[in-house]
This record gives sequence, structure tokens and C-alpha cells, in this order.
Amino acid sequence: MADVHPPSGTGPLAKREARLAWGLLLPTITAVAIVVVLPLLAIFWISFKPVSLSDLRAPEAVVREDFRGGPEIAGDEATIRYRLRNSSQDRPILNVSFIDTLPEGLSAQSLDERCVLDGRNLSCVFGDWEPGFRDTLTIPVVVAQAYFDNDERPRDSDAQIVGQSSNVLTNDEFTLQNFARIFNGDEFFEVLWVTLFYTVFGTIGALLVGLFAALLLNKSFKGQGILRGLYLFPYVAPVIAVAFAWLILFDPFSGSVNALLVQMGVSTEAINFFGERPLALIMVTIFEIWRYFPLSFLFILARMQSIDTDMYEAADMDGASPFQQFWYLSVPQLLGILSVLFLLRFIWTFNKFDDIFLLTGGNAGTRTLTVNVYEQAFAISNIGAGAAVAVVIFGCLLMFSIVFLKYISREEGL
Amino acid sequence: MSMIRRGFVTGPVLGALWMVVLSVTVAVAMSFATGDAFRPSILLSLLWGALGGAAVVFFPRSLLVQAGLFVVTAALVLAGIGALQTGVSTGPFARLIGAALLAGTFAVSLLPILKEVVPGALNRHEFEGAVIRFLTGFGYIFFTAIVLIPFYVMVMTSLKNQSQLIQNPLDFSIDFSQGADLFRSYGELFRDFNFGTYLLNSFFISVLTVFITLAFAIPGAYAVARLRFRGQAAFSRSILLIYMVPMIVLALPIYIAFSMTGLRNSFVGIVMIYPVTTIPVALYMLQGYFRGLPSEIEEAGLMDGLSRLAVIWKITLPLSLPALASVSLYVFMIAWNEFLLAFMLLDDPTRFTLTRGIAALNSSEIPRQHLMAGSVIATVPIMALFLGLEKFMTKGLTAGSVKG
Repeated sequence: MADVHPPSGTGPLAKREARLAWGLLLPTITAVAIVVVLPLLAIFWISFKPVSLSDLRAPEAVVREDFRGGPEIAGDEATIRYRLRNSSQDRPILNVSFIDTLPEGLSAQSLDERCVLDGRNLSCVFGDWEPGFRDTLTIPVVVAQAYFDNDERPRDSDAQIVGQSSNVLTNDEFTLQNFARIFNGDEFFEVLWVTLFYTVFGTIGALLVGLFAALLLNKSFKGQGILRGLYLFPYVAPVIAVAFAWLILFDPFSGSVNALLVQMGVSTEAINFFGERPLALIMVTIFEIWRYFPLSFLFILARMQSIDTDMYEAADMDGASPFQQFWYLSVPQLLGILSVLFLLRFIWTFNKFDDIFLLTGGNAGTRTLTVNVYEQAFAISNIGAGAAVAVVIFGCLLMFSIVFLKYISREEGL
Repeated sequence: MSMIRRGFVTGPVLGALWMVVLSVTVAVAMSFATGDAFRPSILLSLLWGALGGAAVVFFPRSLLVQAGLFVVTAALVLAGIGALQTGVSTGPFARLIGAALLAGTFAVSLLPILKEVVPGALNRHEFEGAVIRFLTGFGYIFFTAIVLIPFYVMVMTSLKNQSQLIQNPLDFSIDFSQGADLFRSYGELFRDFNFGTYLLNSFFISVLTVFITLAFAIPGAYAVARLRFRGQAAFSRSILLIYMVPMIVLALPIYIAFSMTGLRNSFVGIVMIYPVTTIPVALYMLQGYFRGLPSEIEEAGLMDGLSRLAVIWKITLPLSLPALASVSLYVFMIAWNEFLLAFMLLDDPTRFTLTRGIAALNSSEIPRQHLMAGSVIATVPIMALFLGLEKFMTKGLTAGSVKG
């Protein structure tokens, strides 16, 4: 008698479904791999390389051709001149050679020993060029009538030049200098401390302010929708617009806030809000809270509105006061969304670049890790060092993500 | 704690604090509205507010008490010893309005705040109720102020000229008598600074980003939400992780690669990058929505002989139009507001997006009403879109995911 088993393993239907799923996901995976994963690998690579901004332009062998002598009738003498140059001042170009086509009706009188003329085709082999190499190649020619009958001129055909240059991005030169540079000195620890201050206070502040706003709007009244829309403005508006609005509002010379403070007698002279230590750091943190409280507000409010009201009615009957109800009933219900929001906002605030960059440019003690990437790479034009800072950020991020994944698995349904 | 929960303490304390809130608010509002000198006196606010609170607690509540509060508060301000102080140069009319505003708001709102507060001991309910009403009032003023003031400053600055701005920074009024001349910085932006092109560029790039994002995210989200395959759980989780990779980390290699391949300063380059930054969040939002759709309808479609792809096209997508709308709006917003990549990758003024164009206005040679006019131009379309579709947006955001 044959044994009867339920089918085991994956059947053809399941296999087909899985194939379809991967097929549907393939475009996304490819795109993400190209634009996210590849750059991430690249940043590790670059962080070990002594790259500066100027290295991005590969050294080029440049050839400029001109025709001198201005021949007017057949039999005149003229010169074809090639000016040759290595565009880089510090890197050589190897195995340079070029080919060019001479117009009809020119006959070369003498030829440089590096060049060969085959019919009208000129080809020259130069070997290696030193950094900053310059040379001029001249070919005296006699002009025949055919040249005038024809429209073709020497500069009509471009000289094709080839050469190999070693590129610092692809060669096998690796160094730990970048890391040594960024970890060296107190500067790194200041950057780290600023980042942590900004992240921790920005996150907690945005959560608390968002919670307050959600509590305010967690009842239905006329105009509730309008206020909710209004309170979301800071989050929806382009960061560049609101950052500049803040800068103008808090301008030390003609800002309204300073004028107001002076008039109210709070301060006797103008305060440079975004230009002074440690005020600038506090201000960018407040900006962060201002800009992102709407997000926490939105999520907390959504969660609040899904809490069953029966519970509160029962608590009311039992004589629980409003604060007791908030603390013992609402807070436990909100803890889930609060913890998820905290983790997410923490990571995103840690990664924030635009806000601080636009407000202070990282000056006055507001340089966070992300701003430091930009500073190193573009202000000091040391791309390698910028990449090294980026690697540090990525390391932190990985750490946070592990924590995050541990919690998010408990708090699914975000 | 039990001490403060007596009406004769609670009333004056809340009255004093409320007067501080109101006098600061009125002073700021009046300074901005008139450009004149108004300032709150914190000490006098505490004093008169406490007395007002006491009055409400001890006298039987009536219209008469309210009228009394109004008259006394206004008279004190006008006499120069009130919670709101005015400068010498302040005109009598402005002074009168300021006094009336403070007295009016105080008289009208104090009674409801102290609704159940009586002189003797209060129970927790009555006490906390009063505190909550005070906090609510404060909250509305606070949030409305912090949200509206920066946006108002943006609009107002764009409608003035440099000398007006420096002359009196406190003057928040807009001079409507100039007529169309009011909008001259906008005209100059469009005429001399190419803002029309930037607007079109931004619009074009954002719309393209929305379409490309949807084209990638819809099949992906469907696969993650509905189909069973190995690695499904891990995949749906790693979507969010990708979203956490900071842009500035990616921007460096992208900058290098684009510099070397000549993709910098091209729309192709921008349109290659933007969708990838938005695909993860769109995918996450959509898969949340797809999961919520009843699978029976789709199964019925399968039974009727439709292929999976036809099911997606003919059943799932029409059912998810609201979700698609909110995702599109959200993606549009991200692309429209994007600054970092546009700033790094675009140098050619004919290819600027709006945000990049505004960044270019931030120089000492360009008057700042232009900068603010540019900001308004970038803000208004996204705000209008958002307010029109706010319901979709908030629902979609909270249903799917969050973004930083």
C-alpha cells in the first residue's frame, strides 16, 4: 500500500508565484543597487584614497593645431604647428600618441623623428609625458594649387590624441591618512558632541512638542481641520524657504526678533542668533524641533484617534482625573508609536544635512557629522576625508538600525 | 501640591500666568501690526493677572465681573501701569486698541479658564480641568504664532524693499496702496532671474519623479504585500533601512560619478537619482495599503482567469486610487523640496530647479526681498497642492510610513 503524504516542498504554483514576485521586484532592486548600494561601496573605497576635488578631472593630453604662414599662391611655404600639453601639473600621462589627417595639396618638407606620414595620414608616437609637459611640433609644408582648389583646411580634421593616465580613483594606492586626519585632534569629538546634542534634543523636543499639539487637537471642534493643516506647514514647505525665512527673522541687524527683544527690554543689544556659540547650536536644534514637530504630531494624533473612548468614560466614572487619565491610559497606549517615532526621528535627525547647512553652514559650533562631510569634501576639497567621515556616519547608522530593527519588529503596523 | 489645589491659590496663579501669556501675545501682535513700541511688563502682568484671578474666584461670576475686569485692565494700561507698556511715540489710537485687545481677551477668557475654581479646596478634577484649559489656551496661541510668524515674514519681506526693511524691522504691515507695484520683486524674479524656467524645471522633474517612482513601486509593493516568496519578511523590512541611508553619504560618490561621466548639470542625472530616493518610501506606503485590501476580490479575479498582472491592473490599482494619490503627492513634495542633490549637481543656471535657484539668490548683492519672493514662489504651489489634498496626505502618511 502506498504511503499518502501531504505534498512537501514548493509546488509549481508556489514557484511560479515566487518567480513573479522576484520579477516584479527586480526593477526596484536593480535601481536601488545602482543608486544606493554602489555608492555605499564606493564611499568605502574612496575613504581609503587620497583624492582631492581636482583629481576628479583626469589628466588629459591636449593638442592644439594651427596653420601659420598664410599662403596665398601655389608654392608658398607654411607651417603646421601642434602645441602639446599635459593638463595635469602633478600626474604623468603614459604612451601618448596622436593621428591627424593633412588636407590635400600640402607636402611636408621635413618630419619630426617621432612622426610618420603615410600619404596624408600623420601619426606621431610620443611615449610618456611628464606632469606639466609642454612641447611644440612644427611641420613645414609647401602649398600646391590643389590646396586652394579645395575647401579643406588643416584645422578641419581634429587631431586624435590618446594616452593613459593613472587615475587615483582606480589605481592601487590606499592610505589610512583620511581616517587619521578626521580622528585627529579635538575637532572630531566636538563634531560628535554637536551631532549628539542636535540629535538627542531635536528628537525629544520634536516628540514632546508634537505630543502637545496632538493633545490640543484631539477633540473635534469647528476649524480643527484648518488648524491641523496649518500646524503641518513647517514640514511641508521647502526647507530652503523656511530656513531663509528664519535667517531673516533672526537677523542680527534688521531682524524682527531682535528689534522686538530690544523693544521689550529683554536684551539691550542685537543678538546674533545663528552666529554665536553656543546659541547657534540651540537655534538650529529649535529649528529642527519646529520643522519636524508636525510629523510626530500627525502620527501621535492618528494613534490617539484610534484609542477606544469607552476606556476614558469608564475611568471618568471611577473618578480618574484628566492628568491621571493621560498618564495611566493614554501614555501606555502611545508608548509604541512614541518609541518608533523616537527611533526613526533619531536616525533621521542624525542624518540631517540641509537644515544646518542652510542656517549656519556649520559655523559657530554647529558642525555636525553630515555637514563635516560636505566641509571636508568641498570646502577643503579633500574628498577622501569627506568619504571617511561618511563611513563613520554609516557605521553609526548601522548601529542604530540594528536597535531599530529589534524594536520595529515588535512595533509593526507603523 | 495640596496647597496649590485651593481655589484662592489656583485662581491667582493661573490668572497671573494667563496675563503674562496674553500681554506678551498682545505686545508682539501690536508691535508687528503698528511698528510702534509695545512691550509686556512681566512683573505687572503677574500682579494684575493674580488680582484678576482672585477677583474671579471670590466674586460671583457674572457679566459684571467681566466688565469690571475689562475696564480695570484697560484703564491700567492706559494709565501706564498696566500689564502692557507703550512707548512715548505710540499714538493714542494704537494705545487704545492695545489696551482694549488685552483687556478684552483677558476678560473673556479668564472666566472659562477658572470655570469650576472656588475659593476653598478643589478636587483633582476641578484643579486639573482649570490647568488644562489654561494650557489649551496657551497651546493654541503658541502653535499658531510659531507657525504663522515665519511664513508671514516670508510673504511680507517679499513685498517690501530693502530700505523699508531696514528702517523698521518691527513693521509687519503691508502697504497695499502701491497696487501692482507691491509685487515688483516677483516680476523681477521672473524677468531677470529666470524663475519661470526654474518653476518649469522643478515641475517637470517632480512629475517625472512621481511617474517613475510609481512605475517601480507599484509592482514591488504588490509583490511584497501579496505574493509569497522566500525572503519576503526580510525584504519588507529592509525597505525602510534603505530609506535611512543619509543622502549626504550617497551624494559624494554620485557627485564623483556624475562629474566623470558628464551627467552633472543634466536632467537625466537628476531624474535618475530622485526616484530612487523616493521608491522605498512609496513602496512601503503602498504595500501597507495593498495589505489592507481584501484579497478575496483579487482571488475571484484569478479564478475568472485573469493573470496576476491583469489582476493588478484591473482590480488592485483602481481600488487603490486614494493611496496612489497620497503617495504621488508625497513623492511630488519630496522632489519639489529637494535641495542637497540639486545644489551639488546643478551649476548651469538654465537647468536650475527652484530650490537651487533660490540658493543662488542668497548673496549679498541680491536684495533679500528677492530671496523671500523666491521662497514664496517655491512654497505656494506645494502648499496649495497640500491643502487641497490634505485628507489624502495625512491618511497616506500615517497609514504607510514616515520620512525625515
